[in-house]
Amino acid sequence: MQRYSGFGLLRHAMSHHENWQRVWRNPKPKKQYDVIIVGGGGHGLATAYYLAKVHNITNVAVIEKGYLGGGNTARNTTIVRSNYLWDESALLYEHAMKLWEGLSQDLNYNVMFSQRGVLNLGHTLQDMRDIERRVNANRLNGIDSVALDTQGVQEIVPIMDCTTSRRYPILGASWQPRAGVARHDAVAWGYARAADALGVDLIQQCEVTDILTEDGAATGVMTKEYGAIKGDRIGCVVAGNSGVLAKMAGFRLPIESHPLQALVSEPIRPILDTVVMSNQVHGYISQSDKGDLVIGAGIDGYNGYGQRGSYSTIEHTLQAIVELFPIFSRVRMNRQWGGIVDTTPDACPIISDTPVENLFFNCGWGTGGFKATPGSGHVFAQTLAKGKASELAKPFSMFRFHTGALVDEHGAAGVAH
Amino acid sequence: MFRIYCPYCGELREEEEFHPKGPAHLARPADPDNCTDEQWGDFLYFRDNPRGLHNELWVHALGCRKFFNVTRDTQTYLIKGSYRLGESPDQARTSGDQA
Ligand SMILES: Cc1cc2nc3c(=O)[nH]c(=O)nc-3n(C[C@H](O)[C@H](O)[C@H](O)COP(=O)(O)OP(=O)(O)OC[C@H]3O[C@@H](n4cnc5c(N)ncnc54)[C@H](O)[C@@H]3O)c2cc1C
Ligand SMILES: [Zn+2]
Repeated sequence: MQRYSGFGLLRHAMSHHENWQRVWRNPKPKKQYDVIIVGGGGHGLATAYYLAKVHNITNVAVIEKGYLGGGNTARNTTIVRSNYLWDESALLYEHAMKLWEGLSQDLNYNVMFSQRGVLNLGHTLQDMRDIERRVNANRLNGIDSVALDTQGVQEIVPIMDCTTSRRYPILGASWQPRAGVARHDAVAWGYARAADALGVDLIQQCEVTDILTEDGAATGVMTKEYGAIKGDRIGCVVAGNSGVLAKMAGFRLPIESHPLQALVSEPIRPILDTVVMSNQVHGYISQSDKGDLVIGAGIDGYNGYGQRGSYSTIEHTLQAIVELFPIFSRVRMNRQWGGIVDTTPDACPIISDTPVENLFFNCGWGTGGFKATPGSGHVFAQTLAKGKASELAKPFSMFRFHTGALVDEHGAAGVAH
Repeated sequence: MFRIYCPYCGELREEEEFHPKGPAHLARPADPDNCTDEQWGDFLYFRDNPRGLHNELWVHALGCRKFFNVTRDTQTYLIKGSYRLGESPDQARTSGDQA
């Protein structure tokens, strides 16, 4: 792998940038792998990278039915934070946050991680009580978190309407200074390039149509394009399609797939240098480096796999944004799209063994898994390497929905992001 | 944007008048006290979540406020039709009820 550097940029400028190396190979699949990862989104690619880097397992394939990072990874609003309420989830997301902080260096790829801070607004007395509680829980877990009053919020975002005459007045917020945003595509590409360099085969345009099993144990996958590919262990990281993959293997998951939409405005001059989210009015917004406002919606309530949702959901989201930022009322929207998110009953992920031996799932990240990409890959790599979950991943077994040990994060994850 | 047929009002109406309420025909175990944790967990949380035809519960929230079922394709979003509680999916229809 050619390392990227400022000097390299200069050198390639001499040859008009015509001699850059391909970022990854495009191999044909081998007959057999130690680990097969189904799904080439950020989480699957990160898993492959850490398998190779941390566990020295390099005979690995990532099988992706479309193109790398073309699923939710390419469709999300890129909010990264770790201020979750419960110990189990806070530790997992904070693990990811620590990896984010060194990620560009580690991958030798600029993921444009920008710690510009995230505000979670409170509009009611109960919101503020919940915020206080969550902020205190965060601090006990060593996570940076501050509770702000109205004036504190107004100082950070002067253009937001913090007057008390609003229908949903802003009473305060939780503020995580280390939180922020990252470039979603770069995360997928950075992990893909680094995994490829360590010997991982990235197989694109290859759809898994069945999970092969013998005596209740998974032995490989059937693909549309290349037939059977054998694997000692299989990890499914297919987000919204997890239910479909589980069905292939003969079991069900506590997951439903819903459309989640987002939209961006025309590019405007820099005006918003942080991230603002509100559970109560249900919207979230940041400004990309290109200048467009990046705006997220809530899920559409019905099940869907079609990567699109209903217009009324978008309208509702923009009402919320204009309520917070009357100044944006005449900004024009440029593009709108949907992804398919895999929601669980407790708004926490599933990182788990399954009823089928040698078959593991990493899913259920729902509306908020982008922020966890490095941590998710890191812990799932250990699950696949050792055959059992690490301490961080253990609480997220799918079997918690039988024992009742749910990790209820609806408070911290109540709004889609 | 869906146009959903309410089998009680007998009309096709805008999606915004309705709320989706999850999968239809989820039978509550007859004797919950004697369910294993696994059976009870399966009932509460585990779902078919199909990509394709899906029978689902909707409520005509801003209309007659009655619950009914809809058969809809979760990939194409095409709606096959609606049927009343107590009816079966093969009775799904998009017209014909008395208003
Ligand atoms: C609109 C929107 C906004 C969001 N905003 C945020 C946010 O601000 N912050 C945040 O933290 N999270 C956010 N999320 C959630 C986040 O995007 C996801 O949790 C995360 O990206 C999931 O990553 P993944 O790699 O697991 O899934 P994906 O990127 O979806 O990757 C799964 C891959 O599996 C492939 N696949 C599926 N079936 C098969 C098959 N049969 N064979 C082979 N390959 C298959 C798919 O093609 C896909 O590429 C948002 C999501 C959406 C849709
Ligand atoms: Zn009606």
